[in-house]
Amino acid sequence: MHEIQDMIACEQCDAVFQKLSLGNGEISLCTRCGAELDRNAQERRNHLLPLTIASLIIFVIANTFPIVQIELQGLVSKTTLMGAVLSLSTEGVSLVALLVLATTILFPLMQMLILFYLLIPSTSLNDRPGFSLLIRIMQMLRPWGMVEVFMLGVLVALIKLSNMATIIPGIALWAFCMLTVMLTVVVSFNPRYLWQLETSEQEAR
Amino acid sequence: MTKNVLTNMAVLPSEYATTQFETASSLGILACHQCGKLWKGAQQGQCCLHCNATLHMRKPDSLNRTWALLITACIMYIPANMLPVMITSTLFDTHQDTILSGIIFFWVSGDWGLAAVVFIASFLVPLLKLASLFILVISAQRQSFWRQLERAKLYRLVEIIGRWSMLDVFVVSLLVGLVQIQGFAQITAGVGIVAFGAVVVLTMLASLSFDPRLIWDTADSQTSSQSFIATDGSNKSNAKLKIKDKMKETR
Repeated sequence: MHEIQDMIACEQCDAVFQKLSLGNGEISLCTRCGAELDRNAQERRNHLLPLTIASLIIFVIANTFPIVQIELQGLVSKTTLMGAVLSLSTEGVSLVALLVLATTILFPLMQMLILFYLLIPSTSLNDRPGFSLLIRIMQMLRPWGMVEVFMLGVLVALIKLSNMATIIPGIALWAFCMLTVMLTVVVSFNPRYLWQLETSEQEAR
Repeated sequence: MTKNVLTNMAVLPSEYATTQFETASSLGILACHQCGKLWKGAQQGQCCLHCNATLHMRKPDSLNRTWALLITACIMYIPANMLPVMITSTLFDTHQDTILSGIIFFWVSGDWGLAAVVFIASFLVPLLKLASLFILVISAQRQSFWRQLERAKLYRLVEIIGRWSMLDVFVVSLLVGLVQIQGFAQITAGVGIVAFGAVVVLTMLASLSFDPRLIWDTADSQTSSQSFIATDGSNKSNAKLKIKDKMKETR
Protein backbone atom coordinates (compact mmCIF):
# COMPACT_ATOMS: atom_id res chain seq x y z
CA MET A 1 0.00 0.00 0.00
CA HIS A 2 1.63 3.23 -1.12
CA GLU A 3 0.41 6.74 -1.67
CA ILE A 4 -0.05 8.17 -5.17
CA GLN A 5 0.89 11.79 -5.18
CA ASP A 6 -0.11 14.56 -7.59
CA MET A 7 -3.31 12.76 -8.47
CA ILE A 8 -6.83 13.41 -7.32
CA ALA A 9 -10.04 11.38 -7.60
CA CYS A 10 -13.47 12.94 -8.00
CA GLU A 11 -15.56 12.20 -4.92
CA GLN A 12 -18.75 11.98 -6.94
CA CYS A 13 -17.82 10.00 -10.06
CA ASP A 14 -14.46 8.39 -9.25
CA ALA A 15 -12.63 9.87 -12.27
CA VAL A 16 -8.91 10.34 -11.65
CA PHE A 17 -7.15 13.58 -12.58
CA GLN A 18 -3.74 15.10 -12.39
CA LYS A 19 -3.58 17.49 -9.45
CA LEU A 20 -3.14 21.14 -10.42
CA SER A 21 -1.50 23.74 -8.25
CA LEU A 22 -4.18 26.30 -7.56
CA GLY A 23 -3.82 30.02 -7.00
CA ASN A 24 -5.79 32.06 -4.52
CA GLY A 25 -9.52 31.35 -4.65
CA GLU A 26 -9.23 28.94 -7.55
CA ILE A 27 -11.32 25.79 -7.70
CA SER A 28 -10.74 22.81 -9.93
CA LEU A 29 -13.75 20.93 -11.22
CA CYS A 30 -14.28 17.45 -12.51
CA THR A 31 -14.72 17.54 -16.30
CA ARG A 32 -16.87 14.46 -16.18
CA CYS A 33 -19.58 15.32 -13.64
CA GLY A 34 -18.84 18.95 -12.74
CA ALA A 35 -18.28 18.32 -9.02
CA GLU A 36 -15.65 20.27 -7.12
CA LEU A 37 -12.33 18.43 -7.04
CA ASP A 38 -10.04 20.72 -5.17
CA ARG A 39 -9.88 24.27 -3.90
CA ASN A 40 -7.27 26.66 -2.64
CA ALA A 41 -8.71 27.23 0.81
CA GLN A 42 -5.87 29.15 2.45
CA GLU A 43 -7.55 32.54 2.23
CA ARG A 44 -10.97 31.21 3.26
CA ARG A 45 -9.33 29.64 6.26
CA ASN A 46 -7.84 32.92 7.45
CA HIS A 47 -11.27 34.55 7.43
CA LEU A 48 -12.85 31.62 9.16
CA LEU A 49 -11.58 31.96 12.73
CA PRO A 50 -12.95 35.48 13.40
CA LEU A 51 -16.23 34.50 11.76
CA THR A 52 -16.50 31.41 13.94
CA ILE A 53 -15.92 33.42 17.12
CA ALA A 54 -18.52 36.00 16.07
CA SER A 55 -21.02 33.26 15.27
CA LEU A 56 -20.48 31.71 18.69
CA ILE A 57 -21.23 35.02 20.43
CA ILE A 58 -24.35 35.62 18.35
CA PHE A 59 -25.42 32.02 18.90
CA VAL A 60 -25.43 32.63 22.67
CA ILE A 61 -27.51 35.81 22.24
CA ALA A 62 -29.94 34.06 19.91
CA ASN A 63 -30.57 31.32 22.43
CA THR A 64 -30.81 33.30 25.66
CA PHE A 65 -33.29 36.00 24.65
CA PRO A 66 -36.88 35.40 23.55
CA ILE A 67 -37.32 35.17 19.79
CA VAL A 68 -40.70 36.80 19.74
CA GLN A 69 -43.50 37.94 22.03
CA ILE A 70 -47.17 37.77 21.16
CA GLU A 71 -49.96 39.79 22.69
CA LEU A 72 -53.52 38.56 22.49
CA GLN A 73 -56.10 40.84 24.12
CA GLY A 74 -53.83 41.80 26.99
CA LEU A 75 -52.40 38.34 27.50
CA VAL A 76 -48.70 38.01 26.73
CA SER A 77 -46.71 34.95 25.76
CA LYS A 78 -43.10 34.64 24.67
CA THR A 79 -40.60 31.91 23.98
CA THR A 80 -36.97 31.14 23.35
CA LEU A 81 -35.86 28.32 21.08
CA MET A 82 -35.13 26.17 24.12
CA GLY A 83 -38.60 26.98 25.50
CA ALA A 84 -40.19 25.75 22.29
CA VAL A 85 -38.21 22.52 22.51
CA LEU A 86 -39.27 22.02 26.13
CA SER A 87 -42.95 22.57 25.44
CA LEU A 88 -42.76 20.09 22.57
CA SER A 89 -41.28 17.47 24.87
CA THR A 90 -43.88 18.00 27.60
CA GLU A 91 -46.59 17.40 25.01
CA GLY A 92 -45.38 13.92 24.26
CA VAL A 93 -43.77 14.55 20.89
CA SER A 94 -40.31 14.21 22.38
CA LEU A 95 -38.94 12.72 19.15
CA VAL A 96 -39.67 15.96 17.33
CA ALA A 97 -38.32 17.92 20.29
CA LEU A 98 -35.10 15.96 20.04
CA LEU A 99 -34.90 16.57 16.29
CA VAL A 100 -35.36 20.32 16.71
CA LEU A 101 -32.88 20.42 19.59
CA ALA A 102 -30.27 18.57 17.55
CA THR A 103 -30.64 20.42 14.26
CA THR A 104 -30.89 23.97 15.57
CA ILE A 105 -28.91 24.00 18.82
CA LEU A 106 -26.71 20.97 19.37
CA PHE A 107 -25.23 20.34 15.90
CA PRO A 108 -24.52 23.97 14.94
CA LEU A 109 -22.95 24.54 18.36
CA MET A 110 -20.76 21.45 18.02
CA GLN A 111 -19.73 22.49 14.50
CA MET A 112 -18.69 25.95 15.66
CA LEU A 113 -16.83 24.68 18.73
CA ILE A 114 -14.93 22.03 16.77
CA LEU A 115 -14.00 24.50 14.05
CA PHE A 116 -12.87 27.00 16.66
CA TYR A 117 -10.69 24.38 18.31
CA LEU A 118 -9.19 23.26 15.00
CA LEU A 119 -8.47 26.77 13.77
CA ILE A 120 -6.73 28.25 16.79
CA PRO A 121 -3.21 29.05 15.59
CA SER A 122 -0.62 26.89 17.28
CA THR A 123 3.09 26.42 16.99
CA SER A 124 3.08 22.67 17.01
CA LEU A 125 0.57 20.41 15.30
CA ASN A 126 1.01 17.60 17.77
CA ASP A 127 -0.71 19.59 20.50
CA ARG A 128 -4.08 19.09 18.83
CA PRO A 129 -5.31 15.71 19.96
CA GLY A 130 -8.30 14.19 18.18
CA PHE A 131 -7.71 16.12 14.94
CA SER A 132 -8.86 13.28 12.68
CA LEU A 133 -11.81 12.29 14.87
CA LEU A 134 -13.05 15.88 15.07
CA ILE A 135 -12.89 16.36 11.30
CA ARG A 136 -14.82 13.12 10.88
CA ILE A 137 -17.49 14.38 13.31
CA MET A 138 -17.68 17.70 11.47
CA GLN A 139 -18.20 15.97 8.15
CA MET A 140 -20.96 13.87 9.67
CA LEU A 141 -22.69 16.90 11.21
CA ARG A 142 -22.52 19.02 8.09
CA PRO A 143 -25.88 18.13 6.49
CA TRP A 144 -27.73 18.25 9.82
CA GLY A 145 -27.26 21.83 11.02
CA MET A 146 -30.38 23.67 9.91
CA VAL A 147 -30.33 27.17 11.36
CA GLU A 148 -31.24 28.74 8.01
CA VAL A 149 -34.29 26.49 7.61
CA PHE A 150 -35.31 27.37 11.17
CA MET A 151 -35.05 31.06 10.31
CA LEU A 152 -37.51 30.61 7.43
CA GLY A 153 -39.71 28.61 9.79
CA VAL A 154 -39.77 31.52 12.26
CA LEU A 155 -40.87 33.91 9.52
CA VAL A 156 -43.64 31.61 8.33
CA ALA A 157 -44.86 31.10 11.91
CA LEU A 158 -44.91 34.85 12.53
CA ILE A 159 -46.94 35.59 9.43
CA LYS A 160 -49.31 32.81 10.42
CA LEU A 161 -49.82 34.43 13.81
CA SER A 162 -49.94 38.00 12.59
CA ASN A 163 -53.65 37.90 11.81
CA MET A 164 -54.65 36.63 15.24
CA ALA A 165 -52.28 38.41 17.61
CA THR A 166 -49.90 41.36 17.93
CA ILE A 167 -46.28 40.38 17.39
CA ILE A 168 -43.34 42.04 19.09
CA PRO A 169 -40.03 40.79 17.66
CA GLY A 170 -37.36 40.05 20.26
CA ILE A 171 -33.59 40.52 20.20
CA ALA A 172 -33.06 36.87 19.36
CA LEU A 173 -34.97 37.25 16.10
CA TRP A 174 -32.37 39.69 14.79
CA ALA A 175 -29.61 37.56 16.23
CA PHE A 176 -30.97 34.55 14.32
CA CYS A 177 -31.00 36.58 11.10
CA MET A 178 -27.31 37.39 11.53
CA LEU A 179 -26.45 33.89 12.65
CA THR A 180 -28.05 32.47 9.50
CA VAL A 181 -25.85 34.58 7.24
CA MET A 182 -22.67 33.88 9.20
CA LEU A 183 -23.23 30.17 9.63
CA THR A 184 -23.87 29.82 5.91
CA VAL A 185 -20.33 31.08 5.31
CA VAL A 186 -18.79 29.07 8.14
CA VAL A 187 -20.49 25.77 7.33
CA SER A 188 -19.88 26.00 3.59
CA PHE A 189 -16.19 25.46 4.36
CA ASN A 190 -15.54 21.81 3.64
CA PRO A 191 -13.60 20.36 6.60
CA ARG A 192 -11.76 18.11 4.14
CA TYR A 193 -9.57 21.07 3.21
CA LEU A 194 -8.24 21.29 6.76
CA TRP A 195 -6.29 18.14 5.93
CA GLN A 196 -4.56 19.77 2.99
CA LEU A 197 -3.74 22.86 4.98
CA GLU A 198 -2.28 20.73 7.72
CA THR A 199 -0.14 18.86 5.19
CA SER A 200 1.12 22.06 3.56
CA GLU A 201 2.01 23.46 6.98
CA GLN A 202 4.03 20.38 7.71
CA GLU A 203 5.88 20.67 4.41
CA ALA A 204 6.62 24.34 4.99
CA ARG A 205 8.38 23.55 8.22
CA MET B 1 -19.49 30.52 -8.41
CA THR B 2 -21.81 28.13 -10.19
CA LYS B 3 -22.13 30.61 -13.04
CA ASN B 4 -18.40 30.51 -13.58
CA VAL B 5 -18.50 26.78 -13.60
CA LEU B 6 -21.03 26.75 -16.40
CA THR B 7 -19.20 29.25 -18.58
CA ASN B 8 -15.98 27.35 -18.15
CA MET B 9 -17.66 24.15 -19.12
CA ALA B 10 -18.72 25.81 -22.36
CA VAL B 11 -15.14 26.88 -23.03
CA LEU B 12 -14.10 23.26 -23.26
CA PRO B 13 -14.12 21.74 -26.74
CA SER B 14 -17.04 19.40 -27.27
CA GLU B 15 -14.82 16.37 -27.78
CA TYR B 16 -14.02 16.42 -24.09
CA ALA B 17 -17.65 16.13 -23.12
CA THR B 18 -17.79 12.60 -24.43
CA THR B 19 -14.31 11.54 -23.36
CA GLN B 20 -14.16 8.41 -21.28
CA PHE B 21 -12.32 8.62 -18.04
CA GLU B 22 -9.92 6.60 -16.04
CA THR B 23 -11.38 5.95 -12.62
CA ALA B 24 -9.85 5.07 -9.31
CA SER B 25 -11.57 1.69 -9.37
CA SER B 26 -10.33 0.83 -12.87
CA LEU B 27 -6.77 1.72 -11.80
CA GLY B 28 -7.01 -0.28 -8.58
CA ILE B 29 -6.70 2.83 -6.45
CA LEU B 30 -8.65 3.45 -3.27
CA ALA B 31 -9.42 7.09 -2.47
CA CYS B 32 -9.79 8.12 1.16
CA HIS B 33 -13.21 9.72 1.55
CA GLN B 34 -11.99 11.89 4.39
CA CYS B 35 -8.65 13.43 3.40
CA GLY B 36 -8.71 12.65 -0.34
CA LYS B 37 -5.39 10.78 -0.50
CA LEU B 38 -5.10 8.01 -3.09
CA TRP B 39 -3.68 4.62 -2.17
CA LYS B 40 -2.42 2.02 -4.62
CA GLY B 41 -2.49 -1.62 -3.62
CA ALA B 42 -4.66 -1.11 -0.56
CA GLN B 43 -7.32 -3.59 0.53
CA GLN B 44 -10.91 -2.56 1.24
CA GLY B 45 -11.36 -2.08 4.96
CA GLN B 46 -7.76 -1.05 5.52
CA CYS B 47 -7.15 2.30 7.18
CA CYS B 48 -5.80 5.39 5.46
CA LEU B 49 -2.22 5.91 6.63
CA HIS B 50 -2.67 9.67 6.60
CA CYS B 51 -5.92 10.20 8.50
CA ASN B 52 -6.85 6.73 9.73
CA ALA B 53 -10.28 6.56 8.08
CA THR B 54 -11.44 3.20 6.72
CA LEU B 55 -10.95 2.87 2.95
CA HIS B 56 -13.78 1.72 0.71
CA MET B 57 -14.12 1.44 -3.04
CA ARG B 58 -17.78 2.51 -2.78
CA LYS B 59 -19.97 3.32 0.17
CA PRO B 60 -20.66 -0.10 1.74
CA ASP B 61 -24.05 -1.68 0.87
CA SER B 62 -25.07 1.59 -0.71
CA LEU B 63 -28.02 0.38 -2.79
CA ASN B 64 -29.48 -1.91 -0.12
CA ARG B 65 -29.34 0.77 2.54
CA THR B 66 -30.81 3.39 0.25
CA TRP B 67 -33.65 1.07 -0.74
CA ALA B 68 -34.48 0.29 2.89
CA LEU B 69 -34.52 3.94 3.94
CA LEU B 70 -36.41 4.99 0.84
CA ILE B 71 -39.20 2.44 1.29
CA THR B 72 -39.57 3.36 4.97
CA ALA B 73 -39.78 7.02 3.98
CA CYS B 74 -42.52 6.22 1.46
CA ILE B 75 -44.55 4.40 4.10
CA MET B 76 -44.17 7.31 6.55
CA TYR B 77 -45.16 9.77 3.84
CA ILE B 78 -48.80 8.60 4.05
CA PRO B 79 -49.43 9.36 7.76
CA ALA B 80 -47.35 12.52 7.39
CA ASN B 81 -49.92 13.91 4.99
CA MET B 82 -53.08 12.35 6.43
CA LEU B 83 -52.70 12.99 10.16
CA PRO B 84 -53.00 16.44 11.74
CA VAL B 85 -49.69 18.20 12.39
CA MET B 86 -51.13 20.93 14.56
CA ILE B 87 -54.18 21.28 16.81
CA THR B 88 -55.41 24.79 17.56
CA SER B 89 -57.83 25.21 20.45
CA THR B 90 -59.41 28.58 21.21
CA LEU B 91 -62.27 29.56 23.51
CA PHE B 92 -64.83 28.70 20.88
CA ASP B 93 -63.59 25.70 18.96
CA THR B 94 -60.79 23.27 18.22
CA HIS B 95 -59.53 22.58 14.77
CA GLN B 96 -56.91 20.30 13.32
CA ASP B 97 -54.49 21.18 10.55
CA THR B 98 -52.75 18.79 8.22
CA ILE B 99 -49.81 19.93 6.07
CA LEU B 100 -52.04 20.55 3.06
CA SER B 101 -54.87 22.25 4.94
CA GLY B 102 -52.31 24.69 6.38
CA ILE B 103 -51.23 25.60 2.85
CA ILE B 104 -54.84 25.98 1.70
CA PHE B 105 -55.48 28.28 4.67
CA PHE B 106 -52.61 30.57 3.54
CA TRP B 107 -53.89 30.50 -0.04
CA VAL B 108 -57.50 31.34 0.91
CA SER B 109 -56.48 34.15 3.26
CA GLY B 110 -54.53 35.83 0.47
CA ASP B 111 -50.91 35.08 1.45
CA TRP B 112 -50.07 33.60 -1.94
CA GLY B 113 -46.31 34.02 -1.68
CA LEU B 114 -46.25 32.30 1.68
CA ALA B 115 -48.56 29.56 0.44
CA ALA B 116 -46.13 28.95 -2.42
CA VAL B 117 -43.09 28.80 -0.11
CA VAL B 118 -44.73 26.32 2.26
CA PHE B 119 -46.18 24.31 -0.63
CA ILE B 120 -42.76 23.96 -2.22
CA ALA B 121 -40.86 23.24 1.00
CA SER B 122 -43.27 20.85 2.69
CA PHE B 123 -45.15 19.19 -0.14
CA LEU B 124 -43.28 19.43 -3.42
CA VAL B 125 -39.72 18.94 -2.12
CA PRO B 126 -40.38 15.68 -0.19
CA LEU B 127 -42.40 14.28 -3.10
CA LEU B 128 -39.82 15.19 -5.75
CA LYS B 129 -37.06 13.97 -3.48
CA LEU B 130 -38.65 10.55 -3.11
CA ALA B 131 -39.19 10.37 -6.87
CA SER B 132 -35.61 11.47 -7.65
CA LEU B 133 -34.13 8.94 -5.26
CA PHE B 134 -36.21 6.19 -6.85
CA ILE B 135 -34.93 7.21 -10.29
CA LEU B 136 -31.34 7.32 -9.05
CA VAL B 137 -31.44 3.98 -7.24
CA ILE B 138 -33.25 2.09 -9.99
CA SER B 139 -31.02 3.42 -12.76
CA ALA B 140 -27.88 2.76 -10.71
CA GLN B 141 -29.05 -0.77 -10.04
CA ARG B 142 -29.63 -1.39 -13.75
CA GLN B 143 -26.21 0.15 -14.48
CA SER B 144 -27.94 2.35 -17.01
CA PHE B 145 -26.11 4.69 -19.39
CA TRP B 146 -29.14 6.96 -19.48
CA ARG B 147 -28.39 10.69 -18.88
CA GLN B 148 -25.53 10.17 -16.46
CA LEU B 149 -24.55 13.83 -16.20
CA GLU B 150 -28.14 14.89 -15.50
CA ARG B 151 -28.45 12.19 -12.86
CA ALA B 152 -25.24 13.37 -11.19
CA LYS B 153 -26.65 16.90 -11.11
CA LEU B 154 -29.98 15.61 -9.81
CA TYR B 155 -28.16 13.93 -6.93
CA ARG B 156 -26.37 17.15 -5.97
CA LEU B 157 -29.68 19.03 -6.14
CA VAL B 158 -31.36 16.46 -3.88
CA GLU B 159 -28.55 16.84 -1.36
CA ILE B 160 -28.90 20.62 -1.29
CA ILE B 161 -32.66 21.07 -1.14
CA GLY B 162 -33.62 18.07 0.98
CA ARG B 163 -33.06 19.89 4.27
CA TRP B 164 -35.59 22.61 3.44
CA SER B 165 -38.54 20.31 4.04
CA MET B 166 -37.78 20.55 7.76
CA LEU B 167 -39.55 23.92 7.49
CA ASP B 168 -42.92 22.67 8.72
CA VAL B 169 -41.38 20.94 11.73
CA PHE B 170 -39.84 24.24 12.80
CA VAL B 171 -43.03 26.23 12.17
CA VAL B 172 -45.07 23.86 14.30
CA SER B 173 -42.52 23.72 17.11
CA LEU B 174 -42.30 27.49 17.32
CA LEU B 175 -46.08 27.90 17.30
CA VAL B 176 -46.42 25.27 20.02
CA GLY B 177 -43.84 27.06 22.15
CA LEU B 178 -45.36 30.47 21.58
CA VAL B 179 -49.12 30.06 21.70
CA GLN B 180 -49.58 28.75 25.20
CA ILE B 181 -52.17 31.08 26.67
CA GLN B 182 -53.98 28.74 29.03
CA GLY B 183 -57.69 28.29 28.32
CA PHE B 184 -57.72 31.11 25.79
CA ALA B 185 -55.67 29.97 22.85
CA GLN B 186 -53.43 26.98 22.72
CA ILE B 187 -51.60 25.17 19.94
CA THR B 188 -50.45 21.60 20.37
CA ALA B 189 -48.46 19.37 18.05
CA GLY B 190 -50.25 16.52 16.27
CA VAL B 191 -48.96 13.03 15.55
CA GLY B 192 -48.54 13.92 11.88
CA ILE B 193 -45.50 16.06 12.61
CA VAL B 194 -43.62 13.03 13.99
CA ALA B 195 -44.26 11.15 10.75
CA PHE B 196 -43.34 14.21 8.73
CA GLY B 197 -40.05 14.69 10.60
CA ALA B 198 -39.35 11.00 10.05
CA VAL B 199 -39.86 11.39 6.28
CA VAL B 200 -37.39 14.26 6.15
CA VAL B 201 -34.76 12.47 8.22
CA LEU B 202 -35.19 9.18 6.34
CA THR B 203 -34.90 10.78 2.90
CA MET B 204 -31.80 12.69 4.04
CA LEU B 205 -30.26 9.45 5.32
CA ALA B 206 -31.22 7.75 2.05
CA SER B 207 -29.48 10.38 -0.07
CA LEU B 208 -26.43 10.23 2.23
CA SER B 209 -26.16 6.46 1.90
CA PHE B 210 -26.47 6.57 -1.91
CA ASP B 211 -23.07 6.60 -3.59
CA PRO B 212 -23.10 8.94 -6.62
CA ARG B 213 -20.15 7.05 -8.11
CA LEU B 214 -22.56 4.19 -8.85
CA ILE B 215 -24.14 6.44 -11.51
CA TRP B 216 -20.90 6.24 -13.50
CA ASP B 217 -19.95 2.67 -12.81
CA THR B 218 -20.98 1.50 -16.28
CA ALA B 219 -19.01 3.79 -18.53
CA ASP B 220 -15.70 2.98 -16.90
CA SER B 221 -12.86 2.47 -19.33
CA GLN B 222 -9.50 4.02 -19.89
CA THR B 223 -8.50 7.07 -21.92
CA SER B 224 -6.93 10.37 -21.07
CA SER B 225 -8.18 12.42 -18.19
CA GLN B 226 -7.76 16.03 -17.39
CA SER B 227 -9.11 18.59 -15.00
CA PHE B 228 -9.59 22.25 -15.48
CA ILE B 229 -9.79 25.30 -13.33
CA ALA B 230 -12.64 27.61 -12.53
CA THR B 231 -12.10 30.68 -10.43
CA ASP B 232 -13.94 32.49 -7.71
CA GLY B 233 -14.40 35.23 -10.28
CA SER B 234 -11.10 37.09 -9.92
CA ASN B 235 -8.72 35.92 -12.64
CA LYS B 236 -10.71 34.21 -15.29
CA SER B 237 -8.30 34.70 -18.18
CA ASN B 238 -5.54 33.19 -16.12
CA ALA B 239 -7.71 30.15 -15.54
CA LYS B 240 -8.35 29.72 -19.24
CA LEU B 241 -4.61 29.84 -19.88
CA LYS B 242 -4.13 27.10 -17.38
CA ILE B 243 -6.76 25.00 -19.05
CA LYS B 244 -4.98 25.33 -22.40
CA ASP B 245 -1.63 24.42 -20.87
CA LYS B 246 -3.21 21.43 -19.26
CA MET B 247 -4.64 20.26 -22.56
CA LYS B 248 -1.27 20.51 -24.26
CA GLU B 249 0.24 18.41 -21.53
CA THR B 250 -2.31 15.69 -21.79
CA ARG B 251 -1.96 15.52 -25.56
